Amino acid sequence: MNIVACVKRVPVTEAQPKIAADGKSVDATGIEYMLSFYDDLAIEEAIRTKEKLGGEVTVLTIGHAEASKELRDALAKGADKAAILKDANWAARDPRSTAKVLAKKLQELGAQIVFFGRVATDRDNSAVGAYVATLLGWPCVTDVVKLELAADKGKACRETEDGVETVEFALPAVITCDKGLNEPRYSGLKGIMAAKKKPIDELAFEDVPNQQAVAKLEPPPARKEGRVVGQGAAAVPALIEALRDEAKVL
Amino acid sequence: MTTIVVLVEQSQGNVRRASLEALGAAKSSGARVVAVVALVDGSESAAPTLAKHGADRVVVLKGDGRSSPDRSAHDIAAVVREEGAKACLAAASSNGKQLMPRIAAELDSTVFSDCTGLDLSGATPKAVRPWLAGKLIATLESNAPVFCATLRPNTFAPRAAPAAGELVTKPSSAVLKALVASIDAKGGGKLDVKEAPVVISGGRGMKGPEHFALLDELAAAFGNAAVGASRAVVDAGWRPHSEQVGQTGKTVSPQLYVAVGISGAIQHLAGMRTSKVIVAINKDADAPIFKVADYGIVGDAFEVVPALTAAVKAVRSQR
Ligand SMILES: Cc1cc2nc3c(=O)[nH]c(=O)nc-3n(C[C@@H](O)[C@H](O)[C@H](O)COP(=O)(O)OP(=O)(O)OC[C@H]3O[C@@H](n4cnc5c(N)ncnc54)[C@H](O)[C@@H]3O)c2cc1C
Ligand SMILES: Cc1cc2nc3c(=O)[nH]c(=O)nc-3n(C[C@H](O)[C@H](O)[C@H](O)COP(=O)(O)OP(=O)(O)OC[C@H]3O[C@@H](n4cnc5c(N)ncnc54)[C@H](O)[C@@H]3O)c2cc1C
Repeated sequence: MNIVACVKRVPVTEAQPKIAADGKSVDATGIEYMLSFYDDLAIEEAIRTKEKLGGEVTVLTIGHAEASKELRDALAKGADKAAILKDANWAARDPRSTAKVLAKKLQELGAQIVFFGRVATDRDNSAVGAYVATLLGWPCVTDVVKLELAADKGKACRETEDGVETVEFALPAVITCDKGLNEPRYSGLKGIMAAKKKPIDELAFEDVPNQQAVAKLEPPPARKEGRVVGQGAAAVPALIEALRDEAKVL
Repeated sequence: MTTIVVLVEQSQGNVRRASLEALGAAKSSGARVVAVVALVDGSESAAPTLAKHGADRVVVLKGDGRSSPDRSAHDIAAVVREEGAKACLAAASSNGKQLMPRIAAELDSTVFSDCTGLDLSGATPKAVRPWLAGKLIATLESNAPVFCATLRPNTFAPRAAPAAGELVTKPSSAVLKALVASIDAKGGGKLDVKEAPVVISGGRGMKGPEHFALLDELAAAFGNAAVGASRAVVDAGWRPHSEQVGQTGKTVSPQLYVAVGISGAIQHLAGMRTSKVIVAINKDADAPIFKVADYGIVGDAFEVVPALTAAVKAVRSQR
C-alpha cells in the first residue's frame, strides 16, 4: 500500500511567542520547534499500517528547510522516505492553501491512505485533513481513536460529544489521528543509522495564494487580578459568596 | 441584504446551545439568516426554536436514515450556493469542525476555526481567534468567496430574535463516501467539557482515579457541569482523553472553571484561560494556577471539595 503521513513542525508547547514590530507577525527568534503532537500519531499509524498490510511509508511536509530534522526522525522510526516542499513562507499559509498544495502532491505520489494529525498544535485549525480529502473526492474520518484497515477499505471510530461514532469507508481515504489511536514509538539507534541512508526528496510545487491575512496580533486580554479567599474548608463560605454575589455564576 | 447560512446541530432532539450561539452571531450582523439542519432525520421539530432565535428560513435536509459527513457537507455547500450566502457558520463542535473544512473545500474558500470574535459588517469579514494555543490573539481578514468559520462554544450569546423561520425541506444527495455505521452513545447524554457552562477539572492532586467521584459530586451539585482533567491524569489512565483540557486536549470557555489539584502548566492554561471565572483549589500556594485564578483556596482538595459540594447544594436548593 502507498501510505503517506502529512506532518508539520510547530513551536514547542512551552514557547512564549513575542509579537514582532509590525504588530501582525510572530518574532521567531529563539523559538524552538517540535513535530506537532498529533502528527507523531500519524507517523506511528502509517508505520503500523505498513507493518500490517505491507507497502511503503512517505512522510510529507511543507516547511522550512530545517524541518528535515523532524523528517529524519520519522525515517528513523521506520518511514521509508520523506518529501519536503521547501517554503520559506510556510508559516503564513492558510488552511486552504496548505491543503491545495498537499492534495496535488498526494495525487502525484499516488497515495492510497493518508494520515494527518487531528489538529496542528500551533494554529489549531483542525482543517487540513478533511479539506484535502474533499479536494481529492476521498472519504475522510476525523479525530480517529481506533482504526481497522484492510487493503481496500476500513472502519474507524471517532469521539464526539454524543459518544463514539463508527465510520466505514473505502480506500483511498484520509484519516486524522487523535490521542488514544496509538502510542508513538521512539527511534532507536539502529533506526537512526538506517535513516541516514533513506532519501529526503525536495519537491517543487506550485504556490496557492492565501485567502486569509493577519491584520493584527495581540496578547490575550489580561485577566483581572485574582485573590486567594482563604485556606482549607473554612474558606468555602467566602468562595460561595464571591461566586454568587461578585462573579454571579452561582 | 446579505445572507448567512448557519449549520444547526441537535442532540437528543434538542437544538445544541452552541448552534443557537452561532445563530445569534449571524443575526447580530444584521444579515438574513438561513439555518440548515442536516445531521439527522426528522429535524423539522427544530424549526420553531430556530425561528425564535433568528432564523429567517430553516432548511431541513431529509436523509434516508444514513449519515455521512461528506454528504452533509456537500448538501450544506449546495444550500450556501442556492441562497447566495456570503458566510457559513457553525459551532466549533466535533461535527462543526469535521464539516466546515469540507464545506469550505466545496466552496473553494479557506476556513477560520474556533473563532472567538466576528465582524461581518464590512466588505472584508474579520475573525478573531486564538493564535499559538491562545498565547496570542489574532485578527484575521478574509478575502475568501464565502467566509467559512466555526465559533468557539460559550463565547457568543444566543439571541431572542423572533423571525419567520420559513420551513423548507430538501432531499439529501446521494454522495456517500464515509458512512456512519453506528453511534455508541455515552452514559445518559453526559455534557461535553467544551459545551458545559461549568467545568470541574481534576489533576494529579486528586491522587487516584477513584477520587474523581468527589468531582463528579461537585459537578452534580452545580447541575450543569462537566468533569475535565489535566493531561497528567489522562496519561495515567485515570480519565479518558475526551475529558482532557489543554493544548493537546480540548479548549473550553465555560462561565466557571474549577481547577482542583492542577498545577497550571502552560499547556493546561492554553485550554482554559478564556473561561469567564476561574477557581483554583490547590494545596501549594505557589502553584502557577493561582496566577490565572479569580478566586483561590489554598488547601487539601479532600477537605475543600466535599465542603464546597455541600455549600453549592445548599445555595441551589434555596431557589
Ligand atoms: C498570514 C498568516 C500568518 C501565519 N503565521 C504563522 C506563523 O507565524 N507560524 C505558524 O506556525 N503558522 C502560521 N500561520 C498558520 C498556517 O501556517 C497554518 O499552519 C495553516 O493555516 C494550516 O493550519 P493548521 O496548521 O492549523 O492546520 P491543521 O488543519 O490544524 O492541521 C492538521 C494537520 O494537517 C497537516 N498539516 C498542516 N500543515 C501542514 C504542512 N505545512 N505540511 C504538511 N502537513 C501539514 C498535519 O498533519 C496537521 O496535523 C499563518 C497563517 C497566515 C494566513
Ligand atoms: C507537548 C505537550 C502537550 C501537553 N498538553 C497538555 C494538555 O493538553 N493539558 C494538560 O493539562 N497538560 C498538558 N501537558 C502537560 C503539562 O505540561 C503538565 O505536565 C500537566 O498539565 C500537569 O498536570 P497536573 O497539573 O495534573 O499535575 P502536576 O503538575 O503534578 O500538579 C499537581 C498539583 O496538585 C497539587 N496537589 C497535590 N495534592 C493535592 C491535594 N491533596 N489537594 C490539592 N492540591 C493538591 C499540587 O500542589 C500540584 O500543583 C502537555 C505537555 C507537553 C510537553
